[in-house]
Amino acid sequence: MKIAGAFAVALLAFCCFGTADAETIKVGVVLPYSGPMSDLGNQIDKAFGLYIKLHAKDLGDNKIELIKRDEGPPSGANARTVVTELITNDKVKLLTGFVFSPSAIAVAPLVTQVKMPMIIANAGTAWITDLSPYIVRFSFSMWDPAYPMGTYAATKLGCKTAAAGFTDFPPGQDSTLAFKTAFEKAGGKVVDEVRFGPPGPVPDFTPFFQRVKDEHPDCFYVFVPSGAHAAGVMKTYGDLNMRQAGVRLIGPMDLIPDYELAHMSDAAIGLVVMASYSDDLDTAGNQEFVKAWHDAYGPNSYPDFMSAAGMDTMAGIFHVINTLHGNLDDGAKVIDTLKGWKHEGVRGPIEIDPQTRDVIQPERAEEVVKKPDGKLGIKVLETYPAVKDECKVLKLGRCR
Amino acid sequence: MVNTLVSILFDGLAWAMFLFIVSVGLSVTMGLMGFVNLAHGAFAMAGGYLVLTTMSAWGVPFLGALVITFVVVGAASVLFERVLYARLYGAGELDQVLMTIGLTFMAIATYTYFYGPLTHAIRIPDYLAGQLNLGGRSFPAYRVFLIGVGAALIAALWYGFDRTSLGAKIRASVDNRRMAQSVGIDVDLLFTITFAVGSGLAALGGGLAIQLLGLTPNFAIIYLVFFLLVVAVGGSGSLWGTLAGALVLGMADTAGKYLFSDAGTFAIYAVAVLILLLKPAGLYGRE
Amino acid sequence: MDASKSRPAPAGGESTVARAGVADFLVRRSRFRPAEALPWIAAIAAFFIFPSQMVLGGQTLIMILFALSLDLILGYAGIVTLGHAAFFGLGAYGASLLITDLGWSEPVSGLLAGALIAAIAGFLSGWLLLRYRGLAFLVLTLSVTIMLQQLGNLFRDFTGGYDGIPGVNVAPLFGRFDYDIYGHTYYLYCLGVLLIVFYCVRRIVYSPFGQALVGIRENIGRMNALGSPVHWRLVVVYTISAAVAGIAGALFAQTNAFVTLGVFDFDQSAAVLIMLILGGAGWLYGGFIGAALYMVLQNELAKASPEFWQFGIGLLLIGVVLFVRRGTLGRVLNVSRLLQARTQP
Repeated sequence: MKIAGAFAVALLAFCCFGTADAETIKVGVVLPYSGPMSDLGNQIDKAFGLYIKLHAKDLGDNKIELIKRDEGPPSGANARTVVTELITNDKVKLLTGFVFSPSAIAVAPLVTQVKMPMIIANAGTAWITDLSPYIVRFSFSMWDPAYPMGTYAATKLGCKTAAAGFTDFPPGQDSTLAFKTAFEKAGGKVVDEVRFGPPGPVPDFTPFFQRVKDEHPDCFYVFVPSGAHAAGVMKTYGDLNMRQAGVRLIGPMDLIPDYELAHMSDAAIGLVVMASYSDDLDTAGNQEFVKAWHDAYGPNSYPDFMSAAGMDTMAGIFHVINTLHGNLDDGAKVIDTLKGWKHEGVRGPIEIDPQTRDVIQPERAEEVVKKPDGKLGIKVLETYPAVKDECKVLKLGRCR
Repeated sequence: MVNTLVSILFDGLAWAMFLFIVSVGLSVTMGLMGFVNLAHGAFAMAGGYLVLTTMSAWGVPFLGALVITFVVVGAASVLFERVLYARLYGAGELDQVLMTIGLTFMAIATYTYFYGPLTHAIRIPDYLAGQLNLGGRSFPAYRVFLIGVGAALIAALWYGFDRTSLGAKIRASVDNRRMAQSVGIDVDLLFTITFAVGSGLAALGGGLAIQLLGLTPNFAIIYLVFFLLVVAVGGSGSLWGTLAGALVLGMADTAGKYLFSDAGTFAIYAVAVLILLLKPAGLYGRE
Repeated sequence: MDASKSRPAPAGGESTVARAGVADFLVRRSRFRPAEALPWIAAIAAFFIFPSQMVLGGQTLIMILFALSLDLILGYAGIVTLGHAAFFGLGAYGASLLITDLGWSEPVSGLLAGALIAAIAGFLSGWLLLRYRGLAFLVLTLSVTIMLQQLGNLFRDFTGGYDGIPGVNVAPLFGRFDYDIYGHTYYLYCLGVLLIVFYCVRRIVYSPFGQALVGIRENIGRMNALGSPVHWRLVVVYTISAAVAGIAGALFAQTNAFVTLGVFDFDQSAAVLIMLILGGAGWLYGGFIGAALYMVLQNELAKASPEFWQFGIGLLLIGVVLFVRRGTLGRVLNVSRLLQARTQP
């Protein structure tokens, strides 16, 4: 065994002599590939694949290898098991993915212990980045779109009262709290908070919406997980004639998943969302990206805000590999490389906050409009160029 | 106030009809053979995808797609019943649970492979998309349609169950299978027929649900709890029981969600627990 | 049991002799057989053969313990439940809150706290619900567990909601052994707990009380007619089972240093049921085979195909049911005969 090992090492040294710099960097990707939320994992997985396809040559001699593992149910235990295996068996140099906040929270002590950089591509609970100095987040905090939406609704949309409705799990709870904090700070009043139940099954939204309709708020702020839930929200909003009744639907970008917008009825027209990304965004970089996406995944697949964050995440990983010439052994160095990094991504200019290691990104108030070709699209009403996680600015709850 | 009541009743009714259409097959299978078919949701999911494919790929109109789905999934389910289910009629319920869960897992993986994990939507005909004015109040046309389909199915099932010799045989077999067998009723054949109809109805429910709840492969499992609740509360094997269970739970769910913003989703479970504590065999079940 | 029927019942004067005979039978039956050492040897061997897989190993041991608790009521008393995750979850929260809210981080007392809370819940819910059987009991336990989870979500400040409570950091075991990333300490800790709990459960199962439970499972009407306190016996075994599930939950929280409301998930109740049926209920070792097979296979399949691993699991379940017929994988491997003490005197 020992002899064979020595022989293998010798062979390796021999064959690779002269290209000692070339490394294959193993990256552990933890995403929900199965289960009720696998649609979210799918959008990010596609983004990772596309970025690597488009930019593989940027790495020079180095290569990147993704080792994909199923994040499993959002109870944290499965994520912890697969992450441990990725670290101890697969010897990955870096972890990324993480759709569910509980997974990221459960893994945080582990990455601190072994000084393993962990680059979050989705999980949005605000205080995750406080849990370990080895965590960097490229996606968003739940506060990022919700807080400016509260300000915008009160000051620009002229809403005096609002009701909030949310899927009853941490992203929904946080998003609603963020909206309420900003909205009431700007002089508005949240009159009702309606819980839509757990995130698994899409509920029949009608009774919730009927309740809100009868309360006649100016605005109805809704958070639901992107995907099937969002489609249900739009149908119910349309079915109940809520727009005609004077209740304006607003929310974060999750409300209009880009692959759904085309199928949504005209009831969606006039909806205002706060979004870091939309595939209808009128920038040169984005149009190029959308075209590449369709070329790779067909005309019926659309990128969304999670894919956008996925692209930027992978861009960050490439930046680290190139800056450190493929040597990612020192986790602290990896994190330092990313601190304060500025990048012109598909969302627009983003930056990693050197203090919090969380992303600073643009948020745009977007209205759903009917475009000349008869399809639904978005119109940017206002841009907040560099939004920080307000939860950490205000130091609320667990946020520091 | 009156308005509120009308809203709750109407929405509750529509929701109840969906629960009824999907659950009735499960209830009869349990009552007739004591078979715990946890793959029932998978047939509903298969129905949803068949509606999707017939509409988008072959351009069949919505109503036609629903009929095709009912027939095709009903027929296909016979295959499953003969090849897989029939082997387990004598076996314990634990074996049945294991096999049908396994079937559900495989169905989810298979449909994910072919359709992907993202949710799908269909374009329903315009006459179902708008509002309908009934008695000075407007109601979403699709929900009126759903209630109409439910009512028509109840009438048809009532006729089949109560007025035909086939129905009489089924009822006799639910009451006492051995006795029915000894007087010459072919219970196995009856079961195949009810299984096919029940699965077809589940598939129809799945097709109707796309517009209501969206469609992902996990449809097979995430609503299963609701169907089990309906069957238990109604009393397994009973048509009227399933209807009563669906109505009570559908209404309770809707009313709870409307009235209590904090804890509305509790209502359906609380009502189910209360009823089962008082009537363990369900509303229409025999002790 | 049939053997006793063929023998003529002893006359009244010989009852002490008969009683002595029964006692003798029970004692002989409960003796450890050499083959029963096999699972433990396998568990220790796994520690040396797969040292880098011990996190998965620890999770598997916890699921074995959880399945063992279910076996007590399913295999020996014939109660099918879909709400066993409730006790697992309560145990997990009991152990976690002891650390995060009360600042008491000694691990073994955490297990006892988890067991106590789960036992109290098991006693109360068992007293109320065990009057019911069949589908009603299934749906009642399922609904109560879901309501418990929703209640936890409502009191998010206390439970941490679905984001959970991070920082459930237990003190070193016995004040000496600290925990490592490879999960070695945890594995041995879980194995030790499993061994102790297993010994207790085995004692219960082979006691006259355990015999009465089997009687209830086989013919509840006759046990009632014999004047056996059926309801209370079921409540007692349900409480014990809940306590064991609570210990499993507490271990789960301690080894993950984290707990979320996800521990109450329906999936959790269903998974443990699947594992137990896979290995066969009613002979104590079903959980060992079922949980180990399910956990390892799931992990390997998910590694090979993160998207479609469920297909393989589904295939396994159907295959086991169809080709092993009794659904008891242990029996086809023919190990049950070796492990199970003889049931006849």
